[in-house]
Amino acid sequence: MAMLRESQIMKIHYITGIAALFVVAAHILMRLIMPYNLSLEYDNVIANYHNMPYVVLLESILVLIAIHGFNGLRIILLELRQSKAWEDGVTVLTIVAMMAVIAYGTRTIIVANGLGFE
Amino acid sequence: MAPGDVYALCASGEDVLMEVADRNNREGIKGWLNPGRYGWERVSYWLQRLTGVGLLAYFVGHIYETSSLTQGPDAWAAMLELTQTPMGHLILLLVIGMSTYHSANGIRLIFTHGGKGLGKPGRPDYPYDAVSLNYRQKSGIWIALILAAAAMLYGASVLFGGE
Amino acid sequence: MIDLIIEKIEKMEKKHQKKETVRSSVVLKVYRANRRARESAHYDSIEVPVERWTTVLDALLYAKAYKDSSIGIRYSCRMASCGSCGMKINGIPRLACYTKVSELEGSTITVEPLTNFPHMRDLVTDFSQFFAHHRDVQPYIQNEEADIKDKAKLSEFMQTPEDLDKFLQFSYCIKCGLCYSACPTVATDTKFPGPQALSQAYRYFIDNRDAGGKERINIVDDRHGIWRCHFAGSCSSVCPKGVDPALGIQLLRGHLLGFSKNEKKVADLQERLKKD
Repeated sequence: MAMLRESQIMKIHYITGIAALFVVAAHILMRLIMPYNLSLEYDNVIANYHNMPYVVLLESILVLIAIHGFNGLRIILLELRQSKAWEDGVTVLTIVAMMAVIAYGTRTIIVANGLGFE
Repeated sequence: MAPGDVYALCASGEDVLMEVADRNNREGIKGWLNPGRYGWERVSYWLQRLTGVGLLAYFVGHIYETSSLTQGPDAWAAMLELTQTPMGHLILLLVIGMSTYHSANGIRLIFTHGGKGLGKPGRPDYPYDAVSLNYRQKSGIWIALILAAAAMLYGASVLFGGE
Repeated sequence: MIDLIIEKIEKMEKKHQKKETVRSSVVLKVYRANRRARESAHYDSIEVPVERWTTVLDALLYAKAYKDSSIGIRYSCRMASCGSCGMKINGIPRLACYTKVSELEGSTITVEPLTNFPHMRDLVTDFSQFFAHHRDVQPYIQNEEADIKDKAKLSEFMQTPEDLDKFLQFSYCIKCGLCYSACPTVATDTKFPGPQALSQAYRYFIDNRDAGGKERINIVDDRHGIWRCHFAGSCSSVCPKGVDPALGIQLLRGHLLGFSKNEKKVADLQERLKKD
């Protein structure tokens, strides 16, 4: 199971953490350029998904946070119990969960990008 | 012996693989409780972990929440009705605090894990105050907490303030 | 210089005097259980007379001598050098010989065995897992050039005071296990080497006489290795010798992350090779 050294995984953890901070900040700032309630209206939200730079931003948030978050979960779970079955299970489970979340989020982005306005 | 495996020499003279080692008297998750008894760094560790898990849960929830977009305006409106409530806003407020703390403290921790801002090893003197538990580290934790509180106040003014 | 030292000592005494409470007696609440006999745990309360200078170990030995001779306790030097009498005193791992009764709050002192070590009897725990982790990081100097079979080549390893200062602090470790008991990761992870072993890995890694750095890094760069330290700092706050294990761990991790370089050490070793 050891495709990456732990030090490499942790470097990825730190880098995705720092990168996520910037993209999430951009994501929140984009929300604040109009009044909060207005920003949640269907047309405004769909318009965001037609704005290509914003789509890239959303996708990168999705990938960065999924990697950082599920690796964090893996770390916590690895520390809880120690046995080969548990450790392999945790590694597989967190990777699968991470991919599933990325796939599901990407589906939203693609579908919403194809949707027209009301 | 596979690399990475640790064996313990037991009183009977045999080597026991740590994986099946005696877990008797390990403090367990109980050890995460009462973080205050060891000082601010322990509180920071505990909060970093708690906020991390909380943020991951919110992240997954947020992706589910936004996926209702794909089912058209009605589904989106129904989801908003569910989430844009005082309770939903309170959760969002908590998420703002958690993400601010996790980010600020996380940046401190990345430097710390790289051995920066800890001081130099030297010749310790009684009463042996550890140089790594210095005021730069403690103020980093306090700043993270203050920033989180400030972000929550601002968030509250946006969420609960005017329409 | 001397004035400065005297001033420092006076300041320290003042700081500590404030905390002292003078009592004529305290109640020791001693954890009692024999694991092999499958006894369930209970606490015995024993009242012992104390003076200003009485340590928890003194109090326990008084109790053992005059009140209950069956109390199981491990100790040796009584002066914080051997690292035998580690125990949880009022919930925090401390050396019994190094903790004065007058420093503690309340008139009841709870003494329990160190957590994270398998329990044996009363205040005595099994250190074999702890020592196994220590042994696992190869806590000794490895250097092919230091082969003393060839007497003609035999020479001293010269070290400057600066070289010494890099690791001296970490070599003060007495293996008392307090850090291991305080660590929140060790509390759940049996494969994690713990603060003691990891700080010793750094102690040898940074020693310019040692050439086994790479191998040692391979050992600690593991799923359950150095990365499972999250700098909760509890190890350093309980260390009775000022070893500051958390500092050693973070400095070693700095090398793993590429924040710090050990070029000087490499250059030194190459220089030495050339000379021979």
